[in-house]
Amino acid sequence: MKPTDISAPDYFHKVVDCQWACPAHTPVPEYIRLIAAGRYSDAYMINWESNVFPGILGRTCDRPCEPACRRVRVEKEPVAICRLKRVAADFKDDIKGRLPKPATSKNGKRIALVGGGPASLTVARDLAPLGYHCVVFDQDPKSGGMMRTQIPKFRLPETVIDEECNYILSMGIEFVGGKRIDSLKSLLSENWDAIFVGSGAPRGRDLDIPGRKEAAKNIHIGIDWLSSVSFGHINKIGKRVIVLGGGNTAMDCCRSSRRLGGEDVKVIVRSGFEEMKASPWEKEDAMHEDIPIINFLVPKEFTHENGKLTGILFEKVKAVRDEKGRRDLLPTGEPDQLVPCDDVLVAVGQENSFPWIERDTGIEFDKWGMPKVDPKTMRSTNPKVYFGGDSAFGPKNIIWAVAHGHDAAISIDKYCSGADINDRPPPTVAVLSQKMGIHEWSYDNEIAPDKRFRVPHRDKVVALRDIRAEVELGYDVELALKESHRCLNCDVQTVFTGSLCIECDACVDICPMDCITFTENGEEADLRTRLEAPAINFTQDLYVSDALKTKRVMVKDEDVCLHCGLCAERCPTGAWDMQKYLIDMTHADHQCRAPARSAA
Amino acid sequence: MTYLAKPKFHHPGLPKNDLGFTHRDYEGSISTLCAGCGHDSITAAIIEACFELSLPPHRIAKLSGIGCSSKTPTYFLGNSHGFNTVHGRMPSVLTGANLANRDLIYLGVSGDGDSASIGFGQFAHSIRRGVNMVYIVENNGVYGLTKGQFSATADRGSKSKRGAINTDSSIDLAAVALQLGATFVARSFSGDKAQLVPIIKAAIEHEGAAFIDVLSPCVAFNNHTGSTKSFDYVREHNEAVNFLDFITPRAPIKVAYEPGTVQIVEQHDGSKLALKKIAADYDANDRVGAMTFMQVHTAKGQIVTGLLYVEPESEDLHGHLGTVAAPLNALNEKELCPGSAALEKINASLR
Repeated sequence: MKPTDISAPDYFHKVVDCQWACPAHTPVPEYIRLIAAGRYSDAYMINWESNVFPGILGRTCDRPCEPACRRVRVEKEPVAICRLKRVAADFKDDIKGRLPKPATSKNGKRIALVGGGPASLTVARDLAPLGYHCVVFDQDPKSGGMMRTQIPKFRLPETVIDEECNYILSMGIEFVGGKRIDSLKSLLSENWDAIFVGSGAPRGRDLDIPGRKEAAKNIHIGIDWLSSVSFGHINKIGKRVIVLGGGNTAMDCCRSSRRLGGEDVKVIVRSGFEEMKASPWEKEDAMHEDIPIINFLVPKEFTHENGKLTGILFEKVKAVRDEKGRRDLLPTGEPDQLVPCDDVLVAVGQENSFPWIERDTGIEFDKWGMPKVDPKTMRSTNPKVYFGGDSAFGPKNIIWAVAHGHDAAISIDKYCSGADINDRPPPTVAVLSQKMGIHEWSYDNEIAPDKRFRVPHRDKVVALRDIRAEVELGYDVELALKESHRCLNCDVQTVFTGSLCIECDACVDICPMDCITFTENGEEADLRTRLEAPAINFTQDLYVSDALKTKRVMVKDEDVCLHCGLCAERCPTGAWDMQKYLIDMTHADHQCRAPARSAA
Repeated sequence: MTYLAKPKFHHPGLPKNDLGFTHRDYEGSISTLCAGCGHDSITAAIIEACFELSLPPHRIAKLSGIGCSSKTPTYFLGNSHGFNTVHGRMPSVLTGANLANRDLIYLGVSGDGDSASIGFGQFAHSIRRGVNMVYIVENNGVYGLTKGQFSATADRGSKSKRGAINTDSSIDLAAVALQLGATFVARSFSGDKAQLVPIIKAAIEHEGAAFIDVLSPCVAFNNHTGSTKSFDYVREHNEAVNFLDFITPRAPIKVAYEPGTVQIVEQHDGSKLALKKIAADYDANDRVGAMTFMQVHTAKGQIVTGLLYVEPESEDLHGHLGTVAAPLNALNEKELCPGSAALEKINASLR
């Protein structure tokens, strides 16, 4: 293998699995260390720069970082990255003074943002401090989009949404609430310098089976129903409720029902329990609230009597794999099952909907009715119009919307200043030795053996009584400290300097995970079989040195490295060093123009 | 030294031996030796050898004297018996322990100071008697604990870190062991585990006095230009006579070799050693030939490594003495004190 080029920004970035997995590339270990040090405000700001909504995401994020966490591979459960983010938000001081100030002079450019959700707000946050006049339009009276309308308050209190949306809106951004944009054409005619579409995936998929029309009064579309609950238009539901669908919306629907009078609430899904789209923790929370999840039942018919819903008739199915390995649901042949109920919530998916975009506005759509958007620049086929969030590539989640927003903001800034939007500055990277003295590092390199700590919950009886009572209480300071110690500091990299190595094997002998091998070089597939411990995780790189004095090479399997630094502690010549890697993703608000922040 | 304990986490794909242990289960507490010390590599080699042989840790006794090398038993086999003797007296204590309980595996770990200076006599007699043990000398040629004076194994003409030239002749412990009748003699290098681990395994399987001289560079005091025990010097002057490819407990050797390239040595317990020849005319069963070969090459400044000599039909001290087959702690009172009639019989036989 060729020697690893550790100066390529992506190499060490991939080693920080959590940060690599995060669409917004939040520097996770960096903020977790700050939480351990009690520097909650600093931890919050690190988050705020990357993901804009730490308090909201700390409660609701889909956490792509957690399955990626190295701790999963060496122990079992990932570090509670998401809930530690919430800790930063919960315990921070007043950080208003640290936020970017509204621009003192405007640059004269006007940007219209359609939809007031996370994507639009991110774009506005990145552009407003640069002097852009941003106007956010939303059909609802308040900003936040789906964060406010679709996520129940017992998961995300209104105060948190208000706080974090207001941080952005107070940067001199104009918010026009209660105004639905009905025509892109007329918006385009208003001579905006650029338009950003962050209108989400606002249409809940319906279920067109017999009885749908007749029993319509008691059949509700999940996201619309959640929105009505959120704004207080709906405050009760029948005693027996069936929620159809297995995603996170379904989980929110069933748990909301339990708080609005639903006593016998069931989630019923077509496919298997394991295949459900909902995050495992959301399923757990639902089941904890006495909501059974019943699988392999396909709804056939809404039964009704005198125009009133009486139940749903289900066909029993089983999962069968065909020869190509595809899963098919086939009837078991057992008699259909009638499940009586008073109300049904349909949460079987969301769709994009662009009736307001005229087809002659220069925006091309694909055969699925989705706009053609460049995934790098977020630009549509109309150079003035940019997309982000669920409206760009279909329903994803908040953190993706934020990532899209950052990218779109760079494009809009480039476009408005006459630059090429494809000419995007690479992220800046700082790699800094953490050595402070003999066996002294500026990070805590002791590996905590603790299992993941549970987040305390409000008592179930109390929680079910009030739909606005937050269920999760968050870690207290003590639990947060303990949980933060579980982080393996994967951003503190093992950096090897071959010219200093005397091949004494000290690192090989001390490495608790048998990551390091000195051997003859070879092709990767061959090398992977010749290491101290098998390197069978092909998603993780091998770090290979130049040929050493004995003509051998050092090979380190990055897979399960604990970043404990013992290789560097036991190295007599300093050939190993622990160096902190900090990557600063390109945002419109800084690197594009000014130097990057320094390591904290 | 390192202050942190080595994390308990281990690689999820770590192989397990017949007892269900990983090599991590054969570790001791974390080393307090200087970073990069060759002794730590020997520690790792011992761990690997015991792991690969699937030895139950509680059936091993590790004994040592005084010095950097003699600290190392703390760093391996944390669940084995241990005895840290006074300086140079490990061989006597080991001999005594072995006589009392012949069922344990005895691992004597010593250094060049402990064995070639203060304990030279002890070393000689334990070898001479054929005590069933593995005797490992971690040989770095200096007194590391007292800041790097030449030890008795430092080569004449080699240079200390401060620039002083050694004027004394050196003791070649492997040569002495051969001369004293050791039935298994090897030399290896801490920086070459591929060579060292199989040698330790074979030595453990060997019945009788197995002596291994392991060159182990002292990174703090003896790893400079002018030293003959530095990493670079040993690598440049290493003259391996053979490579112990593998040992099979009792099964037949399956791998086919070119005729004349491998010497198969069958040991007392039926286990077989496959010695891949590197020096074509080297015979590991020829004590006199081995001594001559070593003298010739040492004179050329080369360091002869590998399994230098092994006696297939070896016998240990218990065999010589005709002692009872069971360890003393397994005998009951009646067997230990057979009564006055038995005493009379013995006395009569001596008249």
